[in-house]
Amino acid sequence: MITLNINKKTYNIDADPETPLLWVLRDHVGLVGTKFGCGVAQCGACVVHLDGEAVRSCVTRINRAVGKKVVTIEGLSEKNDHPLQKAWLELDVSQCGYCQAGQIMSAAVLLKENKNPTDQDINDAMAGNICRCGTYLRIRDAIHLASELQKKGNAGL
Amino acid sequence: MEKTNTNFNRRAFLKASAIAGGGLMLHFSALAKFGLAERGIDNAAEWHELTGYIKITPDNAIKIICPNPEFGQNVMTSLPMMVAEELDVDWKKVVVEMGPHDNTKLGPQFTGGSNSMRMYWKPLRQAGAAARNMLMQAAAQSWAVPIEEITTKAGEIYHEKSGKKGVYGDFATKASAIPVPKDVKVKDVKTFNVVRHSQKNVEGAKIVSGKPLFGLDYKHEGMLIAMPVHPPAFGMKLKSFDASQALKMPGIKDVFTIKLFEDGFELGGFDTRTFNVILAVVGKTTWEVMQARRKLIVEWEPAGDTKDTMQGHGGKREVIVPGELESTEKQMEKMREYAAKPAQVLRKDGDPETAFKNAAQVIERTYNAPFLAHNCMEPMNFFAHVTDDKALLVGPLQAPGWTEPTLSKVLKLSPDKIEIQMTRMGGGFGRRAYGHYLVEAALISKQAKAPVKLIYSREDDATYGIYRPMYTATYRAALDANKNLIAFHVKGGGIPENAVHQNRFPAGAIDNYLAEGWEIASNITIGAFRAPRSNFAAAAEQSFLDELAEAMGKDPIDFRLELLKRAKENPVGKNNEYDADRYAGVIKLVKEKSGWNGPEQKQFHRGVAAYFCHNSYAAHVVDMTTKDGQPYVERVFSAIDCGIVINPDAATNMVQGAVVDGIGNSLYGGLTHKDGVVVQNNFHSYRIIRMHEAPKKVEVHFVQNDIDPTGLGEPPFPPVFGAVANALYKSTGKRYYQQPFSSPQPEIPNV
Repeated sequence: MITLNINKKTYNIDADPETPLLWVLRDHVGLVGTKFGCGVAQCGACVVHLDGEAVRSCVTRINRAVGKKVVTIEGLSEKNDHPLQKAWLELDVSQCGYCQAGQIMSAAVLLKENKNPTDQDINDAMAGNICRCGTYLRIRDAIHLASELQKKGNAGL
Repeated sequence: MEKTNTNFNRRAFLKASAIAGGGLMLHFSALAKFGLAERGIDNAAEWHELTGYIKITPDNAIKIICPNPEFGQNVMTSLPMMVAEELDVDWKKVVVEMGPHDNTKLGPQFTGGSNSMRMYWKPLRQAGAAARNMLMQAAAQSWAVPIEEITTKAGEIYHEKSGKKGVYGDFATKASAIPVPKDVKVKDVKTFNVVRHSQKNVEGAKIVSGKPLFGLDYKHEGMLIAMPVHPPAFGMKLKSFDASQALKMPGIKDVFTIKLFEDGFELGGFDTRTFNVILAVVGKTTWEVMQARRKLIVEWEPAGDTKDTMQGHGGKREVIVPGELESTEKQMEKMREYAAKPAQVLRKDGDPETAFKNAAQVIERTYNAPFLAHNCMEPMNFFAHVTDDKALLVGPLQAPGWTEPTLSKVLKLSPDKIEIQMTRMGGGFGRRAYGHYLVEAALISKQAKAPVKLIYSREDDATYGIYRPMYTATYRAALDANKNLIAFHVKGGGIPENAVHQNRFPAGAIDNYLAEGWEIASNITIGAFRAPRSNFAAAAEQSFLDELAEAMGKDPIDFRLELLKRAKENPVGKNNEYDADRYAGVIKLVKEKSGWNGPEQKQFHRGVAAYFCHNSYAAHVVDMTTKDGQPYVERVFSAIDCGIVINPDAATNMVQGAVVDGIGNSLYGGLTHKDGVVVQNNFHSYRIIRMHEAPKKVEVHFVQNDIDPTGLGEPPFPPVFGAVANALYKSTGKRYYQQPFSSPQPEIPNV
């Protein structure tokens, strides 16, 4: 039995300690917002936060998450009102939507560390997240908008 | 997919009924033979259990069911918008739900061929208008006033003279007893207040909060997970397997083979499957199944030539699938060999042979493109629960109506015993029009006697695909001594089909014209990929026209407009597919918006291209710079004519996405084979465009007109390839003939 803290809740997981966090989230815990895209840390659809760091859950063994705080898209905000979530809706970023949770989770770490990212900062931070529908321009704009919202204490929209 | 018949059946009809507990439910039918006829299905069944299309309850809840599967083109928003417009309700209060698969009640339900808006435009507006009329009739009866004095506004009904008013819900139950009126007048498109106004994605909030929406997210009580094990190479088949070690692994329930189709099964056009016999590993969780797959000991052997039986209009026919273990170099060699042979004449105008013989100058260029994999972000998957007397299937697919008859035959269950539910799709691009993975999931569930979700790994998805074919085309142009274009010749081929659209531009604009095609049989499975064939044809043709314009000393935009003027005023030949005015319209619009030949011409390396496909017109100007020593598409101007734009901001998003997709695939996309093995099996080797490679700006302009809407998912995609190639020429001084353009280019002298 492995104990994990996910989105501020404690879960006792009966799984091989080598199991990737992605599959524990999806198959054991039932949090399916974190997506399976490639399984080899190439596409970013599975990004979650581990003690505030963006990690690719498809290659993160659960034993690495023991004693740490796991945050998934479902736990990013209390009322789905993180500045990024608001900005994503305001600019209607999504097309198929499959990669967007991973994009938002990667962007959330960027915005925490860099309150006012430039296009270049965004390009660098988001290069690991593939969007096959090609919504990159709107993702970039939404990160800028979220940065503005964040500066205003998440007021507006 | 372009072959789909899209003529709307005029015998469309609507049917109303009451909802248990009161209220109005209106659904529509028709389309009995729409799009399905070629599969030989007679869908003109009697009505039985009623599902809803529009539902209005007494407490004034308004629900609109979306008929077509959603794969990111935003139909779940745009189709219900059409209903809401005519129904005259407050869009913000409408609840949208994805409909179940039911072609009788909900129409063709096919997402593909850029057809959704076009196929549902009339029936959905009519459904909304009829429902509104019935509610008005019910109010007129209740208030004992003439219907002519009744008005509606945003879900409310008024009788101004008496000052009476109510909401739709008040009259819904009464309306359900009123016969559905025929041919209710729909609104003038100039008066729209929902359609032609930007409305946000109805599932946006669910997407950004990680709600279960996709096939992979679906859960069912007692559900097991299955993963496939398929031959490692095209041309191979299963010889034997030993599952003893795999079966000892934790969580593993079973390992077995399934055979998709029995010998002699008549395959329809969308029954394409990569391998007919595969292994399935079934277990409790995905990771356990992934681990057990590694413990399987499997022997494969060359399949040799095999035989498939295909359905056809003139009866079934047998097709030999060659057993060769193909490699890309040999494929290229074979294409060069076939290109030199005589080919099938697809169209001939005038006397091209004599014109070429008498030409002062002949320009000949050959263009090549590789296989492409769809790489939907959500790998192929489907849930199935098959028992002796029924089947439930849930997951992502584009054309449930094309897979159900196949399931019916394979499972020996009548179609009414098969329920298919469509989840949101994590991308489609044509890939999910091929329902073999439903057949696989169903057979696995049947054998395992359990509800099962079949999941492909990314590697399975990449190496077990239904790919965009490998294409080539040689273009020739004859110029006279005054550099006038006197003849044009295209000869195209591919593995296993060619991409020649013989009746498209510049056919119709040149007196002497010849189009020829040839094909090479292959065991590599191919199918629709965003704008099938057009995605290559546009790249090659639009690059060639650019080179031709230069040779003739003309501006590439002026040259195209001259040809279109000719096609408009004095068209050559018959069956020209395009409208020369609308084609010229997008070129003129992009010329104006990009400031073509203005000061910015010097600031950027500019390439232009245009194309017509799927009933819509698109033109792009690509502005290229150099970033980190590499060509970088910094800006794009797009001009589109798809008739009435239903949802402007979402349409803009889709064009921007198509532009990014086109830049990515033209520069980096490509799939190669080595002895039948797909070399690029995941995103480390199959390069997909990423954030830093996406343009800073894609400015989208729509031609404003009141023409009935046509498609948008595909048309903006093909010309991107040509515009990128033409911009690369300006940037590097070299012409680009081999896709992807980032790969080494053949040495061909400039004009």
